[in-house]
Amino acid sequence: MTHPQSEAELADFIAGAKGPLQIQGGNTRGVVLDGDVVSTRGLSGVTLYEPGALTLVVQAGTPVAEVEALLASENQQLAFEPMDHRLLMHTQGEPTMGGVFAANISGPRRIQAGAARDFLLGVRFVDGQGQVLRNGGRVMKNVTGYDLVKLMAGAHGTLGVLSEVSLKVLPTPETTATVTVRDLDLAKGIAALSAALGSPFDVTGASYDPQVRTAYVRLQGFEASVRYRAEALTKILGQLGSVEVLTDCADLWRGIRDVASLAGQPGDVWRISVKPTDAVALIPALGATQVLCDWGGGLIWALMPAGRDLRASMTVPGHATLVRAAEGTVLPRHHPEPAPLARLAAGLRAQFDPRGILNPGLMG
Amino acid sequence: MEMPPPNAAILAQKAELLRQLGRVLPADAIISDLAETRAYECDALTAYRCPPMLAVLPRTTQEVSAVLRICHAMGVPVVPRGAGTSLAGGALPTADCVILGVARMNEVLDTDYDNRVIRVQTGRTNLSVSGAVEEDGFFYAPDPSSQLACAIAGNIAMNSGGAHCLKYGVTTNNLLGVTMVMMDGSVIEIGGAHLDAAGLDLLGVICGSEGQLGVVTEATLRILHKPEGARPVMIAFDSNEVAGACVSDIIKAGVLPVAIEFMDRPCIEACEAFAKAGYPMCEALLIVEVEGSEAEIAHQLHLIAEIARRHDPVELREAADAEEAARIWLGRKSAFGAMGQINDYMCLDGTIPVTELPLVLRRIGEMSEAFGLKVANVFHAGDGNMHPLILFDANKPGDLERCEAFGAEILKLCVEVGGCLTGEHGVGIEKRDLMLHQYGAADIEAQLRVKDVFDPTWLLNPAKVFPLSTTESRRTAGIAAA
Repeated sequence: MTHPQSEAELADFIAGAKGPLQIQGGNTRGVVLDGDVVSTRGLSGVTLYEPGALTLVVQAGTPVAEVEALLASENQQLAFEPMDHRLLMHTQGEPTMGGVFAANISGPRRIQAGAARDFLLGVRFVDGQGQVLRNGGRVMKNVTGYDLVKLMAGAHGTLGVLSEVSLKVLPTPETTATVTVRDLDLAKGIAALSAALGSPFDVTGASYDPQVRTAYVRLQGFEASVRYRAEALTKILGQLGSVEVLTDCADLWRGIRDVASLAGQPGDVWRISVKPTDAVALIPALGATQVLCDWGGGLIWALMPAGRDLRASMTVPGHATLVRAAEGTVLPRHHPEPAPLARLAAGLRAQFDPRGILNPGLMG
Repeated sequence: MEMPPPNAAILAQKAELLRQLGRVLPADAIISDLAETRAYECDALTAYRCPPMLAVLPRTTQEVSAVLRICHAMGVPVVPRGAGTSLAGGALPTADCVILGVARMNEVLDTDYDNRVIRVQTGRTNLSVSGAVEEDGFFYAPDPSSQLACAIAGNIAMNSGGAHCLKYGVTTNNLLGVTMVMMDGSVIEIGGAHLDAAGLDLLGVICGSEGQLGVVTEATLRILHKPEGARPVMIAFDSNEVAGACVSDIIKAGVLPVAIEFMDRPCIEACEAFAKAGYPMCEALLIVEVEGSEAEIAHQLHLIAEIARRHDPVELREAADAEEAARIWLGRKSAFGAMGQINDYMCLDGTIPVTELPLVLRRIGEMSEAFGLKVANVFHAGDGNMHPLILFDANKPGDLERCEAFGAEILKLCVEVGGCLTGEHGVGIEKRDLMLHQYGAADIEAQLRVKDVFDPTWLLNPAKVFPLSTTESRRTAGIAAA
């Protein structure tokens, strides 16, 4: 394993690499590939934090926890609510900012605030030839040239290794409350989430757990405003089931974010992205052991019997990622792309990593 | 601005091109008469004009595909055009190009409130997307000033923003899927009503690529339920520094207004003379708008007023009713018209870190004296996106050149303080030659390599975004290859 201590060291190492490399941040997602491991953990620290401008620039290997603590001191947060994979994946290690953006990791608030990629303002990275490149910047609005920032977010290190990221942060809401609606079957559960998300009440989380037949709708903001909106949603959702408003709900949403309900159970864990209302027909067709819905139904976490290819049951548009493979499961991690998109992706990889040494095979 | 000279070999193929296009398009979709192609000689950057060789106005994705296949085979450059409202010259033709306008493709294809998405053809105007869902209480959030006229195709090409993106984001944050025709005529589908891409975020790089990677013909957009209400407050200060500090404090306090607009004295004076909105004469004016129920609005405005009072404002005016709210916005919304009445103007679009605001405004003031041209500043303060309006006289020899030189200095200043050349208008031809001030040669090369993948023969809008010297070999090789 190599631990470059600076961007320049990282660039030198990649330029001189003779074979495939596995890029690693905190290694909390349990990805195992062939190749020498390159860790970004040596690239750590906050370069710039301007609370009044809602901007933060950090080295890629900086632990997420360190950033969250710093932001909390100014009453700010990572609004896209990145998941911590350690519980689900049963891994150790420290999630890093670079890892979060490389994998575009977003939690329940993605439905309202946007994904990790929507908060990434600028990147510095080292491409597959060892060249240091940058794109974007540290301002919130920037359309100067192509948006390679988005391309790097979610590229899982296959186009380059992130060395520094700048991002937009947001104020932490003063209060949180959750409107829960019980005794809902799947169709009604998703309908409840659609009704809440289609209201003017600025919902920041919309999850349904079929196991307990309950829909959870999160409201955040100033105390009086949250109370008002909770009352308004209680009226709307009360027509569907029995409603209760929870004010102590941080653990609930951390559990949804980290998919706690599926942790520790044997089998494969899949993450499916579909049009929210498609969840109603899709979930019964999956043959899953257990599921959890987030993003209004648009994000389905499914615990499946080991080795079963869930993608074969995908009768609706969308995609599925095999997040946790049980021992012996041999299926591609990422959803195969349609041929024309796969050609474009291969073309981009050939440009940014002509030797094909950065996380080869990870994305297809 | 220099444009590449027309290629005589391409011009010589005009008759053959017309013949081939006539086989795939109805006659009324092809414009070749010089008198008529003049309608496409420029966009909203009117200082630069050049009629195209031809213009085509297809009605379907299949027609777009057929046109591109023919142009690709014959090596003819294509400049895509939405509504032609680009302030950066994004749709400026060359004499040897085909303008491909999507204006006739303006249908709503699907509206889905349960999933909060709308699917439209991209010739549809921005405001009419909201118009299609308004009666049911929904809206499409990105709201560029030109929203009455500008097309979704152009919004996607430029990744357009607007006054309300502090809360709702810009186009890229509200775009979920596209149908796009590649230069070779092949049609690809990316994304849809679900969130986030399966593989690489191709949608992310297509949005904002200024029509250089493909022609987007259909788009799936996120729609939202309208807030219950919205109301602005106007706060006047006797210095730019204090107004800037107030913006910072509002943001730090955890209030996230939907818009924070900033106007400086020259802008206030011009707007007041034009629109008579009743603005106080002061150094800096903020218009801060919040949303929600009546009680929520009152609460947020109370918090904002408390913060503002700590900065000793000259005046603080809350809108008591809709009429007063409209009057507060009136001056700001007529800023461009007010400037147009005084003189010709050039509208810049650099973004700066909000904290650098006082310094940048002071430096712009100094440059204004040095260049002998007046400038008024109006901008989206919450996100640092500035819109300096430089006044000049197009009929006065040398004034345009002086104005452009002044504009370039302002944009270089934006980059110098940690910002960028363009926040929402795009590079086009206007800022093309400044790109090397923001990016190193290798960073530019990385972007060119992306175009190599999508458009290997460099026929789509080839003379934009990047300095011509950095793209010359690719452009000439592409045409030679065809």
